[in-house]
Formats: sequence, structure tokens, C-alpha cells
Amino acid sequence: MDQILVQTLHGLVNGMVLAMVASGLTLIFGIMDIVNFAHGDLLMLGAFVGASVLGVTGNYWLALLAAAVVIALLGALLQVTTLRPLIGRDPLTTILATFGVSLVIQKYALWQWGPSVRRISEPVRGDFTMFHVQYPWYRIATAILAGLILAGLWLFLKYGKYGIWIRATTQDRVMAQAMGIPVPLVYTAVFAIGSAMAAASGVLFGPFAGVTQTMGFDFTLRAFIVVVVGGMGNLGGSILASIFVSLLEAYAAIVVSPAQAVIVSFVVLVLTMLFRPTGLFVPTPK
Amino acid sequence: MLVLERVDAHYGKSHVLHGVSIEVRSGEVVGLLGRNGVGKTTTLKAIMGMARRTGGRITFEGRDLHGVPPHGLAGLGIAWVPEERRIFRLLTVLENLRTGLDRAGMTPERREGLLEKVYAYFPILKERRNQAGGTLSGGEQQMLAIARAMMLEPKIILLDEPTEGLMPRMVAQIQAIVHALHRDGVAILLVEQNVPLTLDAAGRVYIMEKGAVRHHASSAELRADQRVIHEYLGV
Repeated sequence: MDQILVQTLHGLVNGMVLAMVASGLTLIFGIMDIVNFAHGDLLMLGAFVGASVLGVTGNYWLALLAAAVVIALLGALLQVTTLRPLIGRDPLTTILATFGVSLVIQKYALWQWGPSVRRISEPVRGDFTMFHVQYPWYRIATAILAGLILAGLWLFLKYGKYGIWIRATTQDRVMAQAMGIPVPLVYTAVFAIGSAMAAASGVLFGPFAGVTQTMGFDFTLRAFIVVVVGGMGNLGGSILASIFVSLLEAYAAIVVSPAQAVIVSFVVLVLTMLFRPTGLFVPTPK
Repeated sequence: MLVLERVDAHYGKSHVLHGVSIEVRSGEVVGLLGRNGVGKTTTLKAIMGMARRTGGRITFEGRDLHGVPPHGLAGLGIAWVPEERRIFRLLTVLENLRTGLDRAGMTPERREGLLEKVYAYFPILKERRNQAGGTLSGGEQQMLAIARAMMLEPKIILLDEPTEGLMPRMVAQIQAIVHALHRDGVAILLVEQNVPLTLDAAGRVYIMEKGAVRHHASSAELRADQRVIHEYLGV
């Protein structure tokens, strides 16, 4: 019983962080049809930037903000230099391009920060006890913060002028252009926003397991799974799928080892591809 | 104001426009008639920079449109109402309108004024302003497509088969809005299959066949002598 409670909390917390990672990936895919294989590496780079700023200033919140801003700018630069020239080309070229960027970022991180694990100390300390189970406050705070950031993103997309531009461009790029929406700029902005979301997730996740230059690929993979399960390009679907898959993994970890529990998400991915390739949490297309 | 000089255009390898020359003067309604597939829609797309132009020149108020980015045309005063309407289906009616309203230099008063003006023309859009665009009927989507173009306060609207597939009551409403826009001094390049409506709305008419303009006359001449219409359109 206690274990189920702890695993539910675990699943929800991991699900919220994963939802943040996946939201950036799905936003970028939805608008540009680009599967960004460097997404997890932007997360990793964000975590390192956060750790460095934290090391210098000691202020976690400043580190979070700095990582998001720095990686947003880097994302914008990447989009302009490597992806904008590929617009209209075979999708395979963008996959190769982002994969190349992924490798470059990883090697840069290895060169700059070395192979050892960096710690980000949590800004919220202490545990709380519920039904004889101890649980760290920081994890709860992370889930809430991730929820707030996602809510902010949703409000921005729903009501903001630029949010409407992004949604209009996602639906019909040509018509959006005819309405005077500067589509190339929207692409760059969306890539920057997605990168910032990844970087913020990296800093939020940092205290859980530390920061290494190889952490990115795992996140790319997991985010990619939930983006497919939730329906490519569907923000709400990705968020639901993140929580769903994370909960399943957490419960599976009760029975088998956590490393084996990861298999569950691959099973969900394969089943989704087989039976509902448009995504689990989207209405059946007519 | 809008001048096409011997414009050639290609889709892939097929040559679809052969030296099309058309002129629309400020505030004028000009009709573009012709059977299906003669290049009327492509002519509009060539103006919007969406069809590959391989020859000729398109100028707007003396400015060559070659090199103007696709999103720059709206700012020059060119609005496009495509044949397929291309409503942003997941956006609400109001959000659809906002895509043309949220531009530089708009004050809250001007935005309100423009919205009220469009709602006065199309009361149904005000009623449905918080409904997703994709849930509207065909006629309502056509109204929304025109209303969305009006949000740009354009100097010219490229109007592609606005009455296609609509009920007669809706056709009458579209006809009324074309007249209203004309009274407001907006120029219109009207692509149509509906001959009576075009002759009623437009001052001059170009008739296209096989990717080229074959005839050019005032509506009054064409009304007086229906033989040309019969020859090119079979009606």
C-alpha cells in the first residue's frame, strides 16, 4: 500500500517533468514537421548551464531562468543556421541535421565539463511523511512548478497574439503567410521556446539524478515515445501521455526492477503504433 | 494598381500560365471568368507568390512583387480569399479574425471598429465568435474567409470562387458584400464561374482559356453581346 502511494507520487512527478520535455518536442514537430533529435541534448546543456550559474551565484531560481534564456538563444541560433536552410527539403535531412547537432552538443559538454556527474542541490529541502512514507518536498515542488510552466505555455498559446500566430501557422502555413504572419520568425521563436522548455526541465530534473553529458539521449527517447503515444504535434496529448507512461513505469517498478520497468513505455509505444498510430489521446480521425 | 505583364507560371514541369496580362485599377472590381482548370486560381496564386513564376512581371502600386516575402504582401495591402477558404479550423472565429488583426500599428479602438464593421456585415460571425472555425457551415466559412481578409484593411482582395457550392441565399449575401467592399473603395479581383454575378459585380471582365487571357471587355459589352460568353464558357 505504502509502495503504491510512493510510486504514484513518483510517476506523477516524473510525468510532469517529462511533459515539459515533450511539450517542446511536440510543439516543434507540430509546426515544422521536424523531429528534433538534439532536444535531450539541449536539456542536458541547460542543466549544465544551470549547474554552473548555481555554482557561481548559489541562486537556484536564477540558474533556472538563466538556463532557459541561454538555451532559448542557442536554440534560435541553431534553427536559423542549420534548420532554416533545410525548409522544404526531405524530412530525412532535418533528422540527420538534428542528430549531428546532438553529437556536437554532447562532445562539447564532455570537453567543457568533463565526464563526471555534476550535482544541482535542491532549492527546497526536507521530507514530509504521509502514511508512514517519507517523500522529499523538492519532488512535489518540481511537479507543481512544471505544471505552472505548462499552464503558462498553454495560456500563451491560447490567448497571446504570438500564441495565435503559432497555432495558425501550425494549421496552415501558407494561409498564415497570406495573413501577414512572419512564418520564418514564428519557426525560430517556436524552436527557441521548445529549447527553453527543455533547458528548464534539465535544471528541474538536475537534483534528482545529477547532470551528465550523456543524459540527453535518454530524454530524447522518452519524450519521443510520449509524443508519438500522445499524437504527434498534439500538446495536450503529449502531456497526458507523459503522465500515463510515467505512472505505468512507476507501477511496473513495484514488480520488476526500475531498469526493466522502462520496457513498459516501449510496449506502450509499439501498441500505440500498431493500433492507434494517430495517438492515444486524440479523437479518432474521421 | 495591380499589374500583371505577360506572366508565365509552372507547376512542377507543366506550364500553366502563358503570358497572362491583367490590370486592376484602384477601387475597381475586375472579373476573371473561365472554365475549370484554365489557370484562374493559378493567376491569383502567382500574385501571392505561391505558384512558380517563370516569366513576366507583377507589380503592385509600381512595386515589383518579385522578392517580396510571402508574408509581406498583406502589409502592402493585398488580401487573399482562397477557393478552399482555408479557415484555421482549430482556431475560433474570433481567433481567425485576430490573425489579421494583431499587426503593428493597431490601436484597441481601431481593432474594435474593424470587428464591429465586419460583425455588422456578418452578424452570424459575432454569434459564433467563440466557436471553432472548422465547425462552421460552408457558407459561414466563406463569410469568415472574407471577414478575415477584411481584417487586413486591404487595398485589393483576390477573391477566388466565393460562391462555389453555396446556397442561393448565401450567394446573395456574398454578392452584397462584394458591392459593399466596392463602395468602401476596395479593389477586387474576382475569380468566378457564376457569370451573372460576375457581370453584375465587376466593371471589366477578363476571360481565360488554356492558361491565357483570350478576351477582355466591359461587363456592359458582355451583357449586350452574350456570344463571347457562350463561346468561352459554354453558357
